[in-house]
Amino acid sequence: MPSQIVTVASKVGLHARPASLLIKAAAAAGVPVTIGRVGETAVNAASMLSVLALGAKHGEEIEITVADGEGADEVLAGLVDIVTTDHDA
Amino acid sequence: MSLKGIGVSPGVVVGSVHRIIHVDVTGPVPGTITSVLAALDAVANDLEHRAENIDLELAKDVLSAQAMIARDPSLEEALGQLLIADTQYADVRPGIDEAFSGFRNALLSLGGYFAERVEDLDEIAHRTVLKLSGLEAEDVALTKPSVVIAQDLTPADTAALDLNYALALVVEKGGPTSHTAIVARGLGIPAIVGCAGALVLEADVTVLVDGREGIVIPSPTDSEISQRQETEAKLRVRAESVTGPGRLSDGTAIALMGNAGNENDALSAAKAEAEGIGLFRTELLFLDRQTEPSVDDQVSMYRAVFDAMGERKVIVRTLDAGSDKPVPFLNAVDEENPALGVRGWRLTRIANDVLERQLEAIGRAANETSADVWVMAPMIDTPAEAAEFATRARAHGIAKVGVMIETPAAALLADKVLAEVDFASLGTNDLTQYVMAADRLDSRLSDLTSSWHPAVLRAISQAAHAAGDAGKPIGVCGESAANPQLAAVLLGLGVTSLSMAPSAIAEVRGYLAGLDLSACHRAAHAAINARSAEEAREQVIQILGA
Repeated sequence: MPSQIVTVASKVGLHARPASLLIKAAAAAGVPVTIGRVGETAVNAASMLSVLALGAKHGEEIEITVADGEGADEVLAGLVDIVTTDHDA
Repeated sequence: MSLKGIGVSPGVVVGSVHRIIHVDVTGPVPGTITSVLAALDAVANDLEHRAENIDLELAKDVLSAQAMIARDPSLEEALGQLLIADTQYADVRPGIDEAFSGFRNALLSLGGYFAERVEDLDEIAHRTVLKLSGLEAEDVALTKPSVVIAQDLTPADTAALDLNYALALVVEKGGPTSHTAIVARGLGIPAIVGCAGALVLEADVTVLVDGREGIVIPSPTDSEISQRQETEAKLRVRAESVTGPGRLSDGTAIALMGNAGNENDALSAAKAEAEGIGLFRTELLFLDRQTEPSVDDQVSMYRAVFDAMGERKVIVRTLDAGSDKPVPFLNAVDEENPALGVRGWRLTRIANDVLERQLEAIGRAANETSADVWVMAPMIDTPAEAAEFATRARAHGIAKVGVMIETPAAALLADKVLAEVDFASLGTNDLTQYVMAADRLDSRLSDLTSSWHPAVLRAISQAAHAAGDAGKPIGVCGESAANPQLAAVLLGLGVTSLSMAPSAIAEVRGYLAGLDLSACHRAAHAAINARSAEEAREQVIQILGA
């Protein structure tokens, strides 16, 4: 399963607009996507409540994992892009 | 047949009714996991539909975020774990509440933005239960210009409404100093409170609202409309005929300032040529917060208001949470009698750190802006409290410190209280309720909660004398300052500045420009010697003219 550890770029952390962009992209991926702190239980990245409850702050490292399937690598690249962009800038 | 209430914000408008009826489910709600998920799905559909059909960006964002939560797979999963498949429950509410409360607690514990989303969760849970009971949720948000009619409007309601579309507010409950009245005057739209029977007016009926006279006329005739509009226009002309700083006809300068709760109010005050903000209600920035804003966040919120006023004066009031303005993270404890409870500066008894951080934030913001920042504490009773506040505020570099005089104790001891501070401001809304021992939100007592009452005016007179003797400024920042005749009485009693809703400034300025100080003294003398509020008002109008 392709996965990558990335740093949250948005000043506000992973909520509001950045969270909603991530959730929409994860829901549209067609394959299960999880997100979580390294070594902790990952949550469903397509769930607004779970992503919010994760409470990832600006500068924190999180791991995104995409289940194996067609286009999984492209999906991962797209999600990494969203998390590493500062949407408040 | 017309309806009569108390006119609290002048203006004449004609528009269609938008009625807000709060629906609540009390009994058990039978159902299965299938019916619960179907209801949740229907709620999500409604929200998406509303999000698509609303023009306002802000409301659109809120609605789509709520729809996303309603569609959340984790919520469905949590419900599935609590409600067993193919089982008919006599009441599914406990299961729904438990499923939501898991997420509720997680978000609350994160604080800040996350905690604010709890309101969305609660709204979705409420709507799901309504769907299961076959009821429809009321659509609070306005989608077209309308006259809003409700039993009462809480600060939460007014936040959910899109008030840009509100033509007028009419509520069955409340008095002249209720939240509805204050919001309406801030927006400059007509409002009527204590209007019994207003909810019989159905949605989309055309009504005329006269916010000066307190009259609602369903299906008005053309002549009714034109007659009321002409009278209103005449009074407006007088207001617009005078500009610049407040002045009596003999040249006496009267500082006319605006009350503000946020940057928008401050901008309205600046536009109305206010000489500053006489009351910056900081609690309005806290009311919809589940957790305390950080010092940095507070600094930028205060800066926004300060900067809107350039180099003019801004009098900040520290948190006046409690009573009718509970702040979620402060006033959690049930009080027997909140108006007489732990509110205003008394919060230092239970949440001292919150007040300390607020003073720090105000001090920092004051230091960064060019506005002339003064700070005062609400609900001060004793000289000792005034001294404590003054010491603490000055420690944060605040140059001018003062107190609100809004309890009979502070008015009676005004000389001792003023000895501790640089200025005072009379909060006539609360002072009236405490002098008269009458709940200002209870419309049945509205004859007792008038600031025209000679008992209230005598308390003001005592405080104003003490300030005059001490050579310190004393202002009025209650709604009484917005009534032109009453404003003249206050000046006659020795008050030196008036702060009101920005929308009222022009009218007060225009009225005062036609009076001299001796007329104000005569009016004040007559008012404090009257036997009732009504008599005081009648005599003053006889002396000064309407």
